[in-house]
Amino acid sequence: MSSRYSVFSLIANAFSGQKGWTPAWRDAAPRPDYDVLVIGGGGHGLATAYYLAKVHGIRNVAVLEKGTIGSGNAGRNTTIIRSNYLLPGNQPFYEWSMKLWEGLEQDLNYNAMVSQRGVLNLFHSDAQRDAFARRGNSMRLSGADSELIDRDQVRALAPFLNFDHARFPIQGGLLQKRGGTARHDAVVWGYARAADRLGVDIVQNCEVTGFIRENGAVVGVETTRGPVRARKIGLAVAGSTSRLTRLLDLRLPIESHVLTAFVSEGLKPVVPGVVTFGMGHFYVSQSDKGGLVFGGDIDGYNSYAQRGNLPVVEDVCEAAMALMPQLGRLRVLRSWAGLMDMSMDGSPIIDRTPIPGLYLNCGWNYGGFKATPASGWCFAWTLAQDAPHALNAAYRLDRSRTGHMIDEKGVGAQPNLH
Amino acid sequence: MRIPCPYCGLRDAHEFSYLGDAAPQRPDPAAPDAADAFHDYVYLRDNPAGPMRELWYHGAGCRRWLVVDRDTRTHAILGTAFATEARS
Ligand SMILES: Cc1cc2nc3c(=O)[nH]c(=O)nc-3n(C[C@H](O)[C@H](O)[C@H](O)COP(=O)(O)OP(=O)(O)OC[C@H]3O[C@@H](n4cnc5c(N)ncnc54)[C@H](O)[C@@H]3O)c2cc1C
Ligand SMILES: [Zn+2]
Repeated sequence: MSSRYSVFSLIANAFSGQKGWTPAWRDAAPRPDYDVLVIGGGGHGLATAYYLAKVHGIRNVAVLEKGTIGSGNAGRNTTIIRSNYLLPGNQPFYEWSMKLWEGLEQDLNYNAMVSQRGVLNLFHSDAQRDAFARRGNSMRLSGADSELIDRDQVRALAPFLNFDHARFPIQGGLLQKRGGTARHDAVVWGYARAADRLGVDIVQNCEVTGFIRENGAVVGVETTRGPVRARKIGLAVAGSTSRLTRLLDLRLPIESHVLTAFVSEGLKPVVPGVVTFGMGHFYVSQSDKGGLVFGGDIDGYNSYAQRGNLPVVEDVCEAAMALMPQLGRLRVLRSWAGLMDMSMDGSPIIDRTPIPGLYLNCGWNYGGFKATPASGWCFAWTLAQDAPHALNAAYRLDRSRTGHMIDEKGVGAQPNLH
Repeated sequence: MRIPCPYCGLRDAHEFSYLGDAAPQRPDPAAPDAADAFHDYVYLRDNPAGPMRELWYHGAGCRRWLVVDRDTRTHAILGTAFATEARS
């Protein structure tokens, strides 16, 4: 087992040639039987295993990951964390996530580089100001922080923005100071290490290829490393969810789409927090290495390619130039894409399924990184208690049937518009 | 990604808008199972990883609806046809 990290272990290793470090988690081989199996070693799967062990005392748990942990969206996202939702089904959940972020590093004994540098959503019209004022009030009702700031206050925070754009002048913004960024890989590694320390098996290069069924229930999975059985099985495979549920004839309100992100060459500190454009889909922050990390819309068509197309590159760069024209002087170093599980109302699902033994965590759209702690916490609860927690009670699989949609954007059952 | 429109020829995907899977067919509202059938039609998707027939609208071209056969793993276009013909 890896030892506890502390200033003393740092100093001791500094004086012993850094030879005293042990692997942060065991490279476990799958055992034939577990209490709970979590499929998918992204942030959500690993957090689920950690909270199962930590909060519910269920330690006979394995996480099965087809590649290496964090090789999916967990390692591809733009790392923004925030709790600035409008609807009652969403906001308390995301605020709980923010609270877990605030204590995460002490809890995991791992530096996840959680940085509450602020998230600023700009508005450009009177109607948008009203909508943001309402959203800010909704945030406060859930106990989150929010401030509606005017143009001069925005200028003090981010003087580099294009305030007098002819069509979209900046009127102000909704600021959440507790929002910010976290280091995505470190979140994955931190949860993996902490779960491993509690006895969870983290099994990499182990792809689930089928389900073992008995009397209608799911009692195990077939994998590339042999069959593994468990009393309960939780899916946390994000954009790959439909590929697995297809094997069970379970059709879902989910489409898989592609989202691209970009990083520029490194600069001295210029962007203080996260800034989002209100009149086009564009958002930007600056990594601790200095690169500007930015992105925009999904491409808009179903895709499992983890690779986007040029029209979106053009769209994102146009929006970037409208908001922050000096970006045109920068070289973009890289762009990459991930596999998004877009849902019919833009909100996630954390629930039991009609199939006994099978539990579902999916529908994260392009916003599931910030949800990682609360998603794992609530999915662990649902798995352990066989019932949702109040925080994920609205994230039901059957909500499209009962009409209880959670449509933040109000665009209806069209996944590529959320 | 470029889409060969049967009317306009090979055109950049930027000229098209995407609706989604072409398979769901509007159910009969008078059928006894209409409520269930409409739910499935509006909300549930096969979401295949592989070839998929889907509806695209050529808004910046001939303004016709197309059914495009496309592999969602590679974005390779396997065939296109006017929706009026492909779906009738
Ligand atoms: C470009 C981009 C930018 C984003 N920006 C943000 C952001 O700023 N803020 C935010 O909150 N969210 C953001 N997101 C969304 C966020 O990354 C995802 O919603 C979230 O990571 C999904 O949960 P996860 O970490 O568990 O998923 P993943 O990391 O995708 O985990 C799923 C895992 O399941 C594994 N798997 C799949 N099939 C199988 C199988 N058959 N057997 C075993 N394992 C399998 C995969 O290999 C993968 O590791 C962004 C996403 C992308 C792509
Ligand atoms: Zn055409």
